[in-house]
Amino acid sequence: MSERKLINGNEATAEGAIAAGCRYFFGYPITPQNKIPEYMSEHLPDVGGVYVQAESEVAAINMVYGAASTGAWAMTTSSSPGISLMQEGLSYMIGSELPCVVVNMVRGGPGLGNIGPAQSDYWLATRGAGHGDGRCLTFAPFSVQELYDLVGEAFTIAQRYRNPVMILADAILASMREPCRLHERRDPPPGQPEWAVGGPRDGRPRNIINSLYVDLAEEEQVNLRIARRYEEAAQQEIRFVEYGADEPQILICAYGIASRICQTAVQQAMQAGVSVRLIRPISLFPFPEEAIRQWAERVEKILVVELSLGQFIEDVRLAVEGRCPVELMGRTGGMVMTPEEVTDRIVDGRGRLNECLTPGPSAAGRGE
Amino acid sequence: MREEVYMAGMGGQGVLLASQILAQAAMSAGLEVSWFPLYSPEVRGGWATCTVVVADGEVGSPVVGHPAAMILMDKIAVENHLGKIRPEGLAIVNSSLAGEEFDRDDVRIIAIPANDVATEVGSERTVNMVLLGAYVASAELVTLADIEQALREVIPERHHSFIPINVAALQRGAQYVTNHR
Repeated sequence: MSERKLINGNEATAEGAIAAGCRYFFGYPITPQNKIPEYMSEHLPDVGGVYVQAESEVAAINMVYGAASTGAWAMTTSSSPGISLMQEGLSYMIGSELPCVVVNMVRGGPGLGNIGPAQSDYWLATRGAGHGDGRCLTFAPFSVQELYDLVGEAFTIAQRYRNPVMILADAILASMREPCRLHERRDPPPGQPEWAVGGPRDGRPRNIINSLYVDLAEEEQVNLRIARRYEEAAQQEIRFVEYGADEPQILICAYGIASRICQTAVQQAMQAGVSVRLIRPISLFPFPEEAIRQWAERVEKILVVELSLGQFIEDVRLAVEGRCPVELMGRTGGMVMTPEEVTDRIVDGRGRLNECLTPGPSAAGRGE
Repeated sequence: MREEVYMAGMGGQGVLLASQILAQAAMSAGLEVSWFPLYSPEVRGGWATCTVVVADGEVGSPVVGHPAAMILMDKIAVENHLGKIRPEGLAIVNSSLAGEEFDRDDVRIIAIPANDVATEVGSERTVNMVLLGAYVASAELVTLADIEQALREVIPERHHSFIPINVAALQRGAQYVTNHR
């Protein structure tokens, strides 16, 4: 096995992309992800790649659009306000059936917000990608190693479904250092995919890539084709991990960095006498509905822990379909709950499951 | 096994470097580790904190509400964080800047005049290494040899001429703890 390196999530993102075969990076600086473009600008030329600092996020995503049209493995990264600006380009790429990888190191918002950790772009990532009837396939890592691995896999997944893939991380994962095993850098596959722009000079029929379908029926057929790919992704790409008790009283649902906090809370709550299970979706779209629905039949209630005030909980509720109460523990604006606070929410003073898990949003900030 | 070390001080005192060296040493010793920094935007004069979690299995939460150990580099760090340390925990405090009066009697507090010791070593800027040395001597997590090796790995080669003075500061910090046991 390769040596472990103590690297942060930004470095893992950049190296993970290069190692997977990404050779084109277009981006615009924004904290807390500036180490990614910095790393790309230093290391992409080593492998014959191209790094461009665009004049804005709008330009960056459109450069990705152009590069992806040729079949190149291209990516951009940003943080919340920058990802907002990229929505139009992403919508065009979905409509043009083009693959790319976008990483969002989510920070506190709305607006310019701050550079603290947040998960408040859940809706933007899983519902968003601008206007129209398309979405980004979305995956959320919870460690530096998983970030490295997922960014690499994201390129393959994007190619497989000809759709943008969003990696949803946060300011903690961006700056946190953990041991990471790196594999050898690979080249992207040779040649161009058959759908890439080109023409008779390349010895194949002319391909035109755009997202304009004046014929309404044709647009519907395109959208149905895209929807079938999402259905196929729901068969092939659902990922989640579970921890804790086999016969739990309560299920915690959390993803990304919040699920790391909950991992420790599960241990604390179990020691205090409450049996808890944690389910951690890695794929957010497609969503592991079936796994959560099955637990909903068997637990007293579900606690959703997220760094936002009730976004991820909507997908949990859609999966649960009213089978059990689903309650929220959220922090927002760059603030983070501690494992102890999650444990206190679950366990009452006598080592039993708390009656009421959600004192309401006004109480959410009473930690620090 | 799970150990949490929370380090806090002013920006420029070396919180991030010292904690990264600790994390690197723990990783090289074959342990799992997370290094989670949080700091204000100023390069100097702001605040800097970092949580290092070390475990022999999965690290779990990199965010810790009540850490088992703290290294506190100035008075503000003591005022803001000492109250959060777990009962029976360990605090290494820089008494040059934070004094020697503390309102916790349920934790083991090692007060060391780290700025004075660092000045004796030859540079006040090694204050972070004095405190790290004191922590290593007080906790049974990694050895001074592990830390010295990590120092070579973390510090860029162009700055390796500073390694001897940093090693001296580490050793003086450790000695201070041994002598005052």
